[in-house]
Amino acid sequence: MSIFDKKIAELHSDLDGKQISVSELVDASFQRIKQTDDKLKAFLVLDEEGAKQKAKQLDGQLSKEGEERGLLFGLPAAVKDNIVTQNVTTTAGSQLLANYNPIYNATVMERLGAAEAIMVGKTNMDEFGMGSSTENSGFQRTLNPWNNEYVPGGSSGGSAAAVAARQAFFALGTDTGGSIRQPASFCGVVGLKPTYGLVSRFGLISYASSLDTIGPITKNVEDAAYLLSVLAAHDPFDSTSAEVDIPDYISSLTGDVKGLKVGVPKELLGEGIDQEVKEKVEQALKVLEGLGAIIEEVSLPHTEYAVPTYYILAPSEASSNLARYDGVRFGVRSDKENNLIDMYKETRSQGFGAEVKRRIMLGTYALSSGYYDAYYKKAQQVRTLIKQDFDKLFEKYDVLIGPTAPTTAYKLGEKTSDPLTMYLNDICTVPVNLAGIPAISVPCGLASNGLPVGLQIMGKHFDESTILRVAHTFEQHTDHHKERPQL
Amino acid sequence: MSEITREQVEHVANLARLNLSEEEKEQYTSQLNGILNFFEKLNHLDTANVEPTSHVLDVYNVMREDVNRPSIDREEALRNAPEQEDGHFKVPPVME
Repeated sequence: MSIFDKKIAELHSDLDGKQISVSELVDASFQRIKQTDDKLKAFLVLDEEGAKQKAKQLDGQLSKEGEERGLLFGLPAAVKDNIVTQNVTTTAGSQLLANYNPIYNATVMERLGAAEAIMVGKTNMDEFGMGSSTENSGFQRTLNPWNNEYVPGGSSGGSAAAVAARQAFFALGTDTGGSIRQPASFCGVVGLKPTYGLVSRFGLISYASSLDTIGPITKNVEDAAYLLSVLAAHDPFDSTSAEVDIPDYISSLTGDVKGLKVGVPKELLGEGIDQEVKEKVEQALKVLEGLGAIIEEVSLPHTEYAVPTYYILAPSEASSNLARYDGVRFGVRSDKENNLIDMYKETRSQGFGAEVKRRIMLGTYALSSGYYDAYYKKAQQVRTLIKQDFDKLFEKYDVLIGPTAPTTAYKLGEKTSDPLTMYLNDICTVPVNLAGIPAISVPCGLASNGLPVGLQIMGKHFDESTILRVAHTFEQHTDHHKERPQL
Repeated sequence: MSEITREQVEHVANLARLNLSEEEKEQYTSQLNGILNFFEKLNHLDTANVEPTSHVLDVYNVMREDVNRPSIDREEALRNAPEQEDGHFKVPPVME
């Protein structure tokens, strides 16, 4: 078995048995990136020097017997570029931040560091997370490793492609409306969006603060449980960080779903969902049923309102968050400046891409005097109804299951001309963010076009253990996660 | 909800501190109308007695003890500034 296909636990036993060193793992990762990334373009920035230095240091520790090791000891990680990394350029996919060199680390980077993971580089993304195909990056287009004519999904397209192409052993992504799960689905890997507030947002470059989350993208469910164990923690630097007991996610992977109550929302398997995607999801449900789960059809009646609700709330919050890009404290300032206001305008107009401008315009309009009640407040009220739909079902069901995306990956350029077409594609993922619940996408087979389909398992607030257990059980009884792209 | 005009697009762009080209004004007017039209769907729902959700977790004021903590030093804070002078951020003239 190639080292790239090994799980974290297996790599650790190889390191313990001295079959491989940390430096060899890191070298293998960079070698793989060099072989594949000219074409794929998953990475924006590499930190080869920093990674190799850290590897040497960890190899030194490895030779000492009996020393306590971090949960991610010595493993090469890719990090989405909207997560700030001290002294490593962080752009969030925006030309406006092309030269931004953070003076601090995001809390999740401190936690990865404490767990002794090694960051190899920063991954490409839709600018500030605004997009579903990574085509809105201000720098480059990332290709889907399964078929280079297709998008990797987005906005964490670089992270998902990097894991699928085995350029790194795992990655961090962020999810505001589906940006971890949908690219995981398109690239045939595992993506977990945690409950809002479980993982600190400190140092995450804000898009929509009431929806933004950080989570793992991995090759298998067990690795996702490892990553979440490292990431989940209360953080005094994030006032929306939850103070909850963190369960042992790894030991929750019991492989047992007997008696588990599964609701299947009919709205997520209805109109607009590709027939083959539907079939793959139905086959997956049969697998779980065969293992003793109880499957019932249920309804999330407000599903059709989720996309308009999301596309009012997220751009509104974004228009406020992105006001900070004024060319004063950081970022690329326009040199066409006569006075302060002109400098603001020129800096923002040159630095932002078309989709970011569109969402700023949309959000500014929705929040502007006279329109606030009609759009923003209305959307917040509908958000309540959407959340109540989930609350009601979770009184009776342990998890809800459906597809992660209505289709497999689409072609590069296919949906870029009309923004609304791209937005509508987020139907399966945005309800989860609006409700703030956790959800995981796991591979559930390849469609006839050879592209992966993702199964989405949604859980109760702070009940990541159950969705991980269901995903893991499904994975252990199927071979879908063993499929990998030919590069 | 009414249609957004080109003049309103210009007004909103100014509020958002964006300069739009003629082509962008044209494009955003038509695209925003398409999107706003799609938002009309929400008016099918009666939300008169529904509380708005701004946040999914119970929001409360998070307080901490007011104690001295290390802060960023000036050089670090200015490290990313496009222009600086005498330990300050430098900006173009505010008044003519």
